[in-house]
Amino acid sequence: MTLTQQLITITMVVLGTMITRFLTFAAFPTDRPTPKYVQFLGTVLPSAVLGLLVIYCFKNVKFYSGSHGVPELMASAVVALLHVWKKNMLLSIAGGTILYMVLVQLIF
Amino acid sequence: MENRKHIMIALRAAFPHTVPILAGFLFLGIAYGIYMNSLGFSAIYPTLMSLAIFAGSMEFIAANLLLGAFDPINALLLTLMVNARHLFYGISMLDKYKGTGKKKFYLIFGLCDESFSINCTADIPKDVDKGWFMFFVTLLNHLYWVLGATIGGAFGSLVQFNTEGLEFVMTALFVVIFIEQWMKEKEHYSALVGLGISFASLVVFGGEKFILPAMAAILGILTVLRKPLEKEGAIASL
Repeated sequence: MTLTQQLITITMVVLGTMITRFLTFAAFPTDRPTPKYVQFLGTVLPSAVLGLLVIYCFKNVKFYSGSHGVPELMASAVVALLHVWKKNMLLSIAGGTILYMVLVQLIF
Repeated sequence: MENRKHIMIALRAAFPHTVPILAGFLFLGIAYGIYMNSLGFSAIYPTLMSLAIFAGSMEFIAANLLLGAFDPINALLLTLMVNARHLFYGISMLDKYKGTGKKKFYLIFGLCDESFSINCTADIPKDVDKGWFMFFVTLLNHLYWVLGATIGGAFGSLVQFNTEGLEFVMTALFVVIFIEQWMKEKEHYSALVGLGISFASLVVFGGEKFILPAMAAILGILTVLRKPLEKEGAIASL
């Protein structure tokens, strides 16, 4: 690829990303009433999207081969338990991540 | 002066929320910079791309696009597909980003997974300006990412200790934010639909293709649930 072609490719990726981010805001500007259905989605979607985001983190895990996702599931369970127990965000994240690093580096 | 104090208070309130991202983005950014470096790109590429694209997974894909044959339409369509989840972030943030003035443009530009999850769920104290708070969350995340990518692109080969598995910090962050949201809400139907449907979609369609079917199914099920939920009073009738 020439430099110009590289720049065009990068511009396309920027453009695509910006379309996905700006589209809803352009479609439903603040100065006009937002349709009730979209308002409904705005209230119920956040929890569902956070669930989607959690699963999104597991998209590269091979459940049928290798370590079968055991380190990921174990470390996630520890994050969840630590968080329900101590409610300290940094402790939960650090605890789970250190456990995960130990698991993938030394055990699996 | 009063205004500057106002802004500093928001910065101070926002920073602690971004600390996990500081760790995660520095690491992932460095990994991205090293990756670009290993593909033969000079250090300016990861810096400029992290600045302009600011969507982690897409930047790794963009690196591969740059190595392939020139196909701008494919690059655009691929980006739209990989980043389609941002549409849901937009719908969720329509209301929260209202009244943030000129900052709104940057807030939308920087609406990545991490900025979304923090700005969507954080309890912003009453005396803190919410527009500036969300602005700083977005800006700090952006800075961490560019900083990481730059360090990785320039000095990545010098990293010595074994960092394998450190990327789990982002998964841990999202698990924590999911649980925070879970403990805050009275009804869990939406969280369960999001988690269950996405998992089912991942099993059926695989990691590369599960997002769009998952989004469509989530939308469909929540739409079907709307009337019964309103009747039950689980959500306010709109």
